[in-house]
Amino acid sequence: MKYALGPLLYFWSKENIESFYQKAINSETDIIYLGESVCSKRREMRPKDWFSIAKEISDSGKQVVLSTMALLEAPSEVNVMKKYIDNGDFIIEANDVSAIQLASESKIPFVVGPAINCYNAQTLNLFLKQGMTRWCMPVELSREWLQNVLMQCDDLGIKGKFETEVFSYGYLPLAYSARCFTARAENKPKDECETCCIKYPNGITVNSQEGQEVFTLNGIQTQSGYCYNLINDLPSMNELVDVVRLSPLSVETFSEVSKFKANETGTEKFALKDARHCNGYWHNIAGLDIKI
Amino acid sequence: MELLCPAGNLPALKTAIDCGADAVYIGFKDDTNARHFAGLNFTGKKLEKAVQYVHDNSKHIHVALNTFAHPDGFNRWTKAVDNAAAMGIDALIISDIGVLEYAANTYPELELHLSVQASATNVAAIDFYKKNFNIKRVVLPRVLSIHQVKQLSRNLTSNVDLEVFAFGSLCIMSEGRCYLSSYMTGESPNTVGACSPAKYVRWQETENGLESRLNDILIDRYGEGENAGYPTLCKGRFEVQGKTFHALEEPTSLNTLSLVPELFAANVASVKIEGRQRSPAYVEQVTRTWRAAIDRYKADPDSYSVEPKWDATLANVSEGTQTTLGAYHKKWQ
Repeated sequence: MKYALGPLLYFWSKENIESFYQKAINSETDIIYLGESVCSKRREMRPKDWFSIAKEISDSGKQVVLSTMALLEAPSEVNVMKKYIDNGDFIIEANDVSAIQLASESKIPFVVGPAINCYNAQTLNLFLKQGMTRWCMPVELSREWLQNVLMQCDDLGIKGKFETEVFSYGYLPLAYSARCFTARAENKPKDECETCCIKYPNGITVNSQEGQEVFTLNGIQTQSGYCYNLINDLPSMNELVDVVRLSPLSVETFSEVSKFKANETGTEKFALKDARHCNGYWHNIAGLDIKI
Repeated sequence: MELLCPAGNLPALKTAIDCGADAVYIGFKDDTNARHFAGLNFTGKKLEKAVQYVHDNSKHIHVALNTFAHPDGFNRWTKAVDNAAAMGIDALIISDIGVLEYAANTYPELELHLSVQASATNVAAIDFYKKNFNIKRVVLPRVLSIHQVKQLSRNLTSNVDLEVFAFGSLCIMSEGRCYLSSYMTGESPNTVGACSPAKYVRWQETENGLESRLNDILIDRYGEGENAGYPTLCKGRFEVQGKTFHALEEPTSLNTLSLVPELFAANVASVKIEGRQRSPAYVEQVTRTWRAAIDRYKADPDSYSVEPKWDATLANVSEGTQTTLGAYHKKWQ
């Protein structure tokens, strides 16, 4: 099993991002996804800043993947994405079909990220022909769904021709909108948002009127209210999953990686409920539920 | 500019055609479409009658296969494509890449429209679908401002028509990329063809007021005299940093009557009315109003303005009896 650090979904200062990835170099992760995938107004890091971190991490022996945006509305956003795709050194993670189109035109291999609607092997087969090397399935899919897709892949003769990855830890990216919900919570229009999301390093919790955490606001992205955590489910990933993705929350995420690695055989049962964590999607039930 | 109206059953379909729709869109009676609700949609004889009625009136009928094909039932989607092609429908609205590939290869003459659920918001994404499946039209997600719709229209590199949502329940997320419903209930538009499914809804009178729940999660609580709406999970009142409000969006519908001149200027080929789950009465009101608006604009573009009675009629059939320009208007974002 390999471990990946997903792209940072929140907006942190340049200093905090750089110091975080310095520590990532010494973490137990094998793959590191880098780049802004949520909002083009977050400009603490320029492409050259990401490339420089990418180079340093890559020199340390880890695989680097440059993640691209999920929702691209303006031509300028697509142009910035092209810069990442044509960086010359690193493969990319496509989170929109536009990235697949541009990467395949440039003959750049790509990872199909969780924001791409890929629900069956027929779709994977087409992506494979265009340069896909790995597939991180949509977060709402279950073990059973994955198993069925891989059975279909067997029938199509494409099993083993790409790696499979599962989003396994962190707040789930559940939706993207034109609206910035963080700005709305601060009663600011999006055009004058002052990138206020920088004040919320893990987003803003939305509670029901009974105090249940239902969502997390992260700019134009809506995330799960509970932290997704498949640490107890690693044995059930055998033969199905090549890469386990942890989504960065803070430097603490590196110790989560170590905990995951130590629990591959499932010897320890972590109490998800007490920690306000969930694992429902993997078990084919509501995402926020827990299957022990 | 085509007026494209929803039909969840035969009476709604006939109403739409009789009231001035240029085209209607329908779904089959299974989970291949994103309005998979009990008592709705078409199969067998009713389907034949629907196609017959539309064609007898020289109008168009589109069929939505806009969920994502399951790996353990892929042939449900390919059979739906076969079925639609055999019925002689005018266009298929598809979101799934595997299903698009099947339809494009098997029926190269069949007109394919890219469903809004495919979430194509930019030229490069549209190119992907044009080059791989020769789509004729793309339905744009409700995330672009009107400025961005115009820009996209100008920058298109391939010969693809644009269809936009003009009126109806407002989905505030990029369509096809919202899993909030499966997060709460296990069922989403992409996998099951429904958002905030009715079977998970529960209403309860309590000492705190009337409560609406989805899979037991409190979506909203209504005081006396407040209008209670269906607990669509993104339109509830939640608590954020000590304040309780509609954290994502209020119950409201999209209404773009005031944008008609700009939609013409953006070279939009078709305006779509949302609401296959709604009654024939809804279809009648909305179709008549939009027919009148489009005809008025065409007759005299320079003096077009929205009649107050049009807005009043549409507000009456809207969620929360209020309407918005949604993402078309920058301020909404």
